[in-house]
Amino acid sequence: MAADKSAQKTTPSLGDYFKSNIREYGLLIALVVIMLFFQFMTGGVLFRPVNITNLILQNSFIVIMALGMLLIIVAGHIDLSVGSIVAFTGGLSAIMLVKWGIHYSIVVPVCLILGGLVGAAQGYWVAYQKIPAFIVTLAGMLVFRGLTYLILQNRPIGPFPKDFQSLSTGFVPDFLYFLNPAPDTITNLFSLVVVVALVGLAIYYGLRDRRNNDKHGTENEPFAFFAGQMAIIAAVAIFLGYQLSTYKGFPNVLIVMGLLIALYTFVTTRSTIGRRIYAMGGNEKAAKLSGINTERLTFYTFVNMGVLAALAGMIIAARLNSATPKAGVGFELDVIAACFIGGASASGGVGKITGAVIGALIMGVMNNGMSIMGLGIDYQQLVKGLVLLAAVFFDVYNKNKG
Amino acid sequence: MDNIILEMRGITKTFPGVKALDNVNLKVREGEIHALVGENGAGKSTLMKVLSGVYPAGTYDGEIHYDNEVRNFSTISDSEHLGIIIIHQELALVPLLSIAENIFLGNELATNGVIDWKQTFSRTQELLDKVGLREPPTARITDIGIGKQQLVEIAKALSKKVRLLILDEPTASLNETDSDALLKLLMEFRKQGMTSIIISHKLNEIKKVADKITIIRDGGTVETLDCHNEDISEDRIIKGMVGRDMEDRYPAREPKIGETLLEVKNWNVFHQHHRDRQFLHDINFTVRAGEVVGIAGLMGAGRTETAMSIFGRSWGHKITGDVLMHGKPVDVSTIPRAIDAGLAYVTEDRKHLGLVLNNNIMHNTTLANLNAVASGGVIDGHREAKVATDYRTKLRIRSHSIYQEAVNLSGGNQQKVVLSKWLFTNPEVLILDEPTRGIDVGAKYEIYSIINQLAAEGKGILMISSEMPELLGTCDRVYVMNEGRIVAELSKAEASQESIMRAIMRSGEKH
Repeated sequence: MAADKSAQKTTPSLGDYFKSNIREYGLLIALVVIMLFFQFMTGGVLFRPVNITNLILQNSFIVIMALGMLLIIVAGHIDLSVGSIVAFTGGLSAIMLVKWGIHYSIVVPVCLILGGLVGAAQGYWVAYQKIPAFIVTLAGMLVFRGLTYLILQNRPIGPFPKDFQSLSTGFVPDFLYFLNPAPDTITNLFSLVVVVALVGLAIYYGLRDRRNNDKHGTENEPFAFFAGQMAIIAAVAIFLGYQLSTYKGFPNVLIVMGLLIALYTFVTTRSTIGRRIYAMGGNEKAAKLSGINTERLTFYTFVNMGVLAALAGMIIAARLNSATPKAGVGFELDVIAACFIGGASASGGVGKITGAVIGALIMGVMNNGMSIMGLGIDYQQLVKGLVLLAAVFFDVYNKNKG
Repeated sequence: MDNIILEMRGITKTFPGVKALDNVNLKVREGEIHALVGENGAGKSTLMKVLSGVYPAGTYDGEIHYDNEVRNFSTISDSEHLGIIIIHQELALVPLLSIAENIFLGNELATNGVIDWKQTFSRTQELLDKVGLREPPTARITDIGIGKQQLVEIAKALSKKVRLLILDEPTASLNETDSDALLKLLMEFRKQGMTSIIISHKLNEIKKVADKITIIRDGGTVETLDCHNEDISEDRIIKGMVGRDMEDRYPAREPKIGETLLEVKNWNVFHQHHRDRQFLHDINFTVRAGEVVGIAGLMGAGRTETAMSIFGRSWGHKITGDVLMHGKPVDVSTIPRAIDAGLAYVTEDRKHLGLVLNNNIMHNTTLANLNAVASGGVIDGHREAKVATDYRTKLRIRSHSIYQEAVNLSGGNQQKVVLSKWLFTNPEVLILDEPTRGIDVGAKYEIYSIINQLAAEGKGILMISSEMPELLGTCDRVYVMNEGRIVAELSKAEASQESIMRAIMRSGEKH
């Protein structure tokens, strides 16, 4: 009997494990359910190759900004200004590209740096002058929106050079066209091969990590969950990859987004900087007394946010093929909502990149699905608001119950 | 007077996977002071939460009889309504509101939502007179000391017509004078017929005031001692709490004292907030290798402030003076520099300043020296896990794994995690600020053993403590601080409770 009991303790039953990790799996399941729901409600339009491509193009910038916003929220702050930074940097890029005729290979890095400076300008007040981020970035939201109107002199600027546009609307060419076994259905073999290869790699590394953990006595999730999760992700990824391959393949922004997601996942889970941000968000005073330069860390999370917002600003400008003073209005709310739907805590210290990405996808699929269904902006806002509240309530409910 | 006011029968409370209370019985007579003692995690607070309705009826097994009736409280206000009032260890006062506003918070003297201030203030004044607190009812909570805040809590309880007052560690953060005043007040209440339950780790205080002592261990009642029938020694109580004899509360140590490690010279610091007020005056002290040096003093003497101002200027303003390690001046102007210089500061406030509570043991352990388990900014998860596992074993941190969140550990184990964190920075001098505050007897012994072992390894220990027996039991030398000055330095032979108090009193007269 006693042996039985101790064995139970070390390997929790599947049910228990699911209960204690319901947030992570629940989110993934919610995304799949929402996708299937809209697939059904839109009569199969949602998963059409062209619509999947649209989904990616419409949401990449939200996902990209959610990466930076998650760090800010985990650090215990908020950034309301990202929508205005999007417009501001989009405007700057337009002036440099269209009015001054500078090549995009210079404009892109310059705009990223300018975005970083904008972030720094706000981060300074938050980190070193201890003004609440809500206030600083609310001011920033107004200031940079105003500056955008000023530099654009109230008029949209466009169109952009073709090569800059392709940043956002271009596709990765089919490098493997000569191997294509079924050119009638598959128009971009490369993307399909890459997706399958990535899924293979993910499974390989997942298994290797588990083996390593076993060797070092680190806790593993139950195999059934690992396998289940992998199966869902693999199925979804291969299905989407196949759909894309029958259209134009990978949009360029998908590559940018994918690389950034990988980078930020790594930073948050494996790097010392990531660890320190979580510690600071969890208890700033304890982190400071442990020798962490919390001011500098806060400052850099805002710089980082500025850079990502600048990237998003250029992607949006390129996609719309013009920079307008009204670009990015209300984006901060979508980005922040994505983080909270993804399980970030408003009091800091808690949140995951994968959560924020899935949160952004949930918002994106809902936007897209409701648009296809012909629901107006009124209902869309209503539904999004309720979903946000429900997701956060789910968190709070779980926490209180546990 | 044989009236039983409260009887809890066969209380069993289960949390998922843990039986926190197992058939606990508690019988309290009207008009007595009943002490509830037990190691941390023994179940005292859980029992009181069951009593007050924090855990509503139905979530536990057993019966509560109060005033000879079975009671099923489903909220705190149910129990408060019958005069059962709990004052928690962490005071529940609103810092920026006045004493009067706090006392009548949620219970305002008002008609149709309009507060009657005149009556509020006069009633407050009456209550403050009763508890012997000489502060105007309009004083803000943040402006009065913690001892006075405790009295405000009691006044608040009185305002609610309390019959059974429950105090959870009321003197944990009070100095001896304030503690004595509080205990006297309890005895005064007893004369007036009020019943109190007091939860405390300070056995000398319990001995002083309690009529009965109920000992709880591992979620079950061990015994109830009647202080009037027999003379109960502290060792007798400890034996009941830990289930074994505690021969010596302080493990023995052969001091092997070496060269001077830390020397602080002419240290002057101005107050963090009142910037024109000098708070520390000409502090000079040394800590040698293998030596445990104590700093005694009353609350507010400037001990924590001394430590924190040295440790990376984390307290104070306009700091002047020199810090030397091995006789050479070192830069301790920021916390990372202080750590590099070989200092570590283990805070008195482990929940707010020591731990990231929602992080696990492993993450807390490596936090102050993350680079040692990382290369190029990338954490080596396996190395980190090994470090945390080593410290968990070495300091005997009781937890199901290194992945347990710090918030779920008992006080003693939390303290060990904070110690792990600082040991992993490999300091030469550790400043321990109230290292055993709020932790149970068994864990205290373990902390003392760790201190001894560190001293044996040649580290210097500077220990700040408000418990004089603890300083006398562990230290080779004791500095006495009062009002921002070091007023005496006592060798082990000279140091006694009397000599320390005398030094404090004498210096008080001078100023």
